[in-house]
Amino acid sequence: MEALVHAAPYTGYVYPNETIIPWGILIVIYPYITGLVAGSFTVATFYHVFGVPRFKPVARFALLTSLAFMLIVPLPLLLHLGHPERALNVILTPHLTSAFAAFGFFAAFYVILVTLEIWFAFREDIVAMAQNQKGLLRRFYRALTLGSDEISETTRAYDAKWLKALAIIGIAGAHGLHGYVGFVFGSLKSREWWGSDLMPAIFLVSAIISGIAILILLYVVTSRFRKTVIDRDCMKGLAYLLWGFLIFAVVLEFLEFANIVYKGREGIETVMALIAGPIWFGVWVLQLGGSVAAFFILTYVIWRGTQDKQLIIGVTVSAVLVLVAVFAMRWNVVIGGQELSKTMQGLLSYTPPIFDREGISAVVIVFTLPFFVLWGLTRLLPPWLSHGRQAQGQIPSITS
Amino acid sequence: MKWKISKHQPGRRRFMRLLGRAMVFAGAALFSVGLMGRRGLAAAIPALAGTNYDWTKHRWGFGVDATRCIGCLRCVEACKTENGVVRDAHHFRTWVERYVYLKGERKPQVDSQSDPGNIAASGSETEFRFDNRYQDAKIDKAFFVPKLCNQCEHPPCVQVCPVGATFRTPDGVVLIDHDYCIGCQYCVQACPYGVRLFNHAHGVTDKCTWCYHRITRGLQPACVEVCPTNARLFGDQNDPESVISKFIRENRTRVLKPEMGTSPNVFYIGLDKEVM
Ligand code: SF4
Ligand code: SF4
Repeated sequence: MEALVHAAPYTGYVYPNETIIPWGILIVIYPYITGLVAGSFTVATFYHVFGVPRFKPVARFALLTSLAFMLIVPLPLLLHLGHPERALNVILTPHLTSAFAAFGFFAAFYVILVTLEIWFAFREDIVAMAQNQKGLLRRFYRALTLGSDEISETTRAYDAKWLKALAIIGIAGAHGLHGYVGFVFGSLKSREWWGSDLMPAIFLVSAIISGIAILILLYVVTSRFRKTVIDRDCMKGLAYLLWGFLIFAVVLEFLEFANIVYKGREGIETVMALIAGPIWFGVWVLQLGGSVAAFFILTYVIWRGTQDKQLIIGVTVSAVLVLVAVFAMRWNVVIGGQELSKTMQGLLSYTPPIFDREGISAVVIVFTLPFFVLWGLTRLLPPWLSHGRQAQGQIPSITS
Repeated sequence: MKWKISKHQPGRRRFMRLLGRAMVFAGAALFSVGLMGRRGLAAAIPALAGTNYDWTKHRWGFGVDATRCIGCLRCVEACKTENGVVRDAHHFRTWVERYVYLKGERKPQVDSQSDPGNIAASGSETEFRFDNRYQDAKIDKAFFVPKLCNQCEHPPCVQVCPVGATFRTPDGVVLIDHDYCIGCQYCVQACPYGVRLFNHAHGVTDKCTWCYHRITRGLQPACVEVCPTNARLFGDQNDPESVISKFIRENRTRVLKPEMGTSPNVFYIGLDKEVM
């Protein structure tokens, strides 16, 4: 019985029930993962919808990344529920005034959409593999072709059309999914730190930067493992994208904070104590420091036109900084919001348990899973372009 | 660009059509299973079992006269016993706050029975009392404020529940169906008053029901019953002669956090501006 609850220490006055923090670190990782889903999909759309050719090398990988993370998104929620076996009720008997009720539909819709998108993006390869592979694998790919194994100019055009159409719906879906996660928090009037109109926008933009960042990181790391060259233009494109959205994200977050401080509603002293106290490291060092450092590195890289190794190192370091900063932002919102008491006269301090259904160990496992899923997906559907096409000089490359 | 499907692709077109149909079908199937899954009222409200109570005939209301409360905490203990609330300092359906304005200070000192000092004074987390820390202090004014669920007219807790496990009855009480609650604690977040608690042993949320199992049988809520000073009172707002109707009529009452737009049904008198 004892270990069932972890009461949080507090200062000032908090309501008695508040000492048990309802949403722990699992609910920090939930919007984080959803953000990666939306962000990596965004990169894919830059190629599939806007037709930016420099993103071609990572476009299909981005789709797989998005799917891999999306498949894991429900897991932290399920682990958090007191009755995970009743989770399906959210879809079967949704209570339509609840922001949460939409989750199941959004998630299911998105998974179907990305799967379709991936199918069209890989159709040619699937058909090829259905012919080249042997045994079970051959059957598997044959089944995957869904009985259409014709490749011609007409089918290519047809696939491209579908890819584009799906990507357009998908970008709305992915961003809807994540903006909605922001709404889950932003729509609550009970918590000063959450109840903000800017919340969905902030979640969305930070999602995009985290998704771009994880793609950069995965692209660089996997290129090392595959011992292949990193595409310079693609890398630069990702750097521009990250840089642009990063500015947007920091400005939005600043505006949000400025709003709270400037309006100075009742309890503002406690809000200030929150960012000077329980979450100061997360806010000032990780979130702000990380974003600003990444911004300067990226600015330098872009401005100096850095090449080769320096470019890769600079962009990768910024990507890691952004990933950390966005994680800190999720923590500061989800945990910070609950550390600020509803009395506005007290502060709690949450320390995540280590071994617990909602502890750090669970989060580590949950966060490792998407990478395994992604690895599996890339084995089944290799997303990389063949060296041949690079060698033909269509895509300029650099070695890492 | 014209949206024309190439004639060369009968296979794919059929597939897309099939996919569309399959999705519609699956949606319809899920929805009907869901409808079947909706539970009858009797199952959702065990408190009503065996009564011929008509909930359309009442509109319950709760009054708190803070000037009468002496902070004896008998209500808190009675509530825990009556409703089987976890016996520790972190789970309460109702609690009492103490506001003390020390001489020369503009902001009050606030604590409740679960303050570590008060727990130390009572010697355990199963009994509650306020310690006498202010014994030698110079005090300008001091008072106690009992808190409980406000059974809001526009309850944000009900609004956010993803499965509709928590709902408002026609007689104005917000209840939770413990066999349907998925334990997401969204409602715990949404209540501006910190009233909801989580039952970790059963994986569901819990809260004050104004002792729904008692009031539907003509009894008073347990806390009202045990209060020695009548600081808590309860009755039917539909009956103009009930204690609560008189209380509201004869006093200038206020509710907690009116700016939240929740329209609470617990009416207070004797609160100071610092009460949160
Ligand atoms: S006081 Fe809280 S739990 Fe009670 S009805 Fe209002 S919002 Fe819901
Ligand atoms: S904890 Fe239960 S009652 Fe509360 S919102 Fe979730 S499902 Fe509804």
